[in-house]
Amino acid sequence: MKLNRAFSRSLWVFHFNSGSCNGCDIEVVATLMPRYDPERFGVKLVGSPKHADVLVVTGPVTHDMGGRLRRVYEQMADPKVVIGMGSCQSGGVFFDSYNLDGPAEEIIPVDVYVPGCPPRPEAVIYGVVKAIAKLEGLDGGVQ
Amino acid sequence: MITLIDLLMIVVGTIFVAGFGIVAGLCIFGIDRKFAAHMQARIGPPIRQPFIDVMKLLCKDSVIPENAVPSIFNWAPVVALASSIVILLYLPLGSIMPVLGGLSGGYGDLILVMYLLTVPALAMVAGGFASGSPYATVGSQREMVTMMAYEFPLAVVIIAIAWRLSMAGMAEPFSLATIAGLTTGVPIWGVVGPVGILGCIILMVVLAWVTPAEVSRVPCDTPEAETELCGGLLVEYSGRNLAMFYLAQAVKTVAMASLAVAIFLPWNISWYVAMPAPAAVVVDFIFYLVKVVVVVFFSVSLIRVSMARFRINHLVTIYWGYLAGLGIIGLLLIMLDAFIKGGIVI
Ligand code: SF4
Repeated sequence: MKLNRAFSRSLWVFHFNSGSCNGCDIEVVATLMPRYDPERFGVKLVGSPKHADVLVVTGPVTHDMGGRLRRVYEQMADPKVVIGMGSCQSGGVFFDSYNLDGPAEEIIPVDVYVPGCPPRPEAVIYGVVKAIAKLEGLDGGVQ
Repeated sequence: MITLIDLLMIVVGTIFVAGFGIVAGLCIFGIDRKFAAHMQARIGPPIRQPFIDVMKLLCKDSVIPENAVPSIFNWAPVVALASSIVILLYLPLGSIMPVLGGLSGGYGDLILVMYLLTVPALAMVAGGFASGSPYATVGSQREMVTMMAYEFPLAVVIIAIAWRLSMAGMAEPFSLATIAGLTTGVPIWGVVGPVGILGCIILMVVLAWVTPAEVSRVPCDTPEAETELCGGLLVEYSGRNLAMFYLAQAVKTVAMASLAVAIFLPWNISWYVAMPAPAAVVVDFIFYLVKVVVVVFFSVSLIRVSMARFRINHLVTIYWGYLAGLGIIGLLLIMLDAFIKGGIVI
């Protein structure tokens, strides 16, 4: 898959809640507010996984969401990156809970982790920058 | 009879207009996003952001859902883009005669443009139904309702203007070259009296409100509401197909703004300042672009930033009730004006 230079300047984000406590989701919205204005780098929240380049997963993956997370990931058009947001991605306080399908990385490949409970918007933006660097790495460019 | 030279001119003109429509449409989208960002105290994306978006979409995969009808699913974006470009062929760009709609040997008029404006929307509806997703189906149904809602006020505006021009004794009142004053040098504002000017202002407001519904932007983006319908009729589209719908919407925005410019803001600088013909064309064209940006600012950006999305039943009430009512008041004022000018005192 050949990436053109436009790719990293126009990341469309799809936000998937796989059993999050809503803390991380609020922070996703806070990241998009005018103060940080990620739109100036072309980052935009879209409503459909088909349109998205970046999948932001929040929360530990509960049994109910496991299969759905995989389906959403598979529906996204290539090339794509996954950002795991929040400490819950490693289980966090819910580590080893009977109700989890495991951390997201056991279901889909996660490229970038953003730790924090919930992470600050700055951290999310830093995660997106890392994701862009990773994409450029995929392209054979400089990291 | 159509000669070979004419045919060649039309082909070359079409290629130019298609290129212009796409480039101008994407620029307009970029300018619109910049305006919106500044109104929200943000910096906003660069003007060339829509170009970047399209380039990115073109390098992405195109996913075709399993339960879609692939033929319609893939052809709908092509039809949408092509028909949006065809609309532009009938509209005057500055003082350049429309490629297909000139007075002598013209092939279409305002009525045709009105029908053509529905074709991109219909293509989107077909694509939505063909994608086999419940969200897309709901989106398609909403798009059809929206279409019915805004057609009536739009028709009222167009009929009122054309009827007034015909009362003023102009030949071919529905031809866009006549309406834009290209052949007569008199726009609608020069025809009507004071009462008619009031009516025209009302109709202009109605047309400004039809524009966001026509190009499905906030507050009339109910068919693609991403918060409730995940993108509505476009939900299953990705990659190249999505890029084509995006381009179609961009071109349609230019077409709609050009229509508003042709009907209500048709003045050209060359009417007032004498200059050589080639310079006049260029100056008028630049002036036309400025007018398009102004129209888009008032009828898309400003409305989009200051309002939330309408619910689908509110949308119908507003367009069929309030805006159509307003349009009919404008129509009555214009009729009154025609009678006063015609010497019939009521
Ligand atoms: S990381 Fe913290 S804020 Fe985020 S979903 Fe988990 S518990 Fe909630």
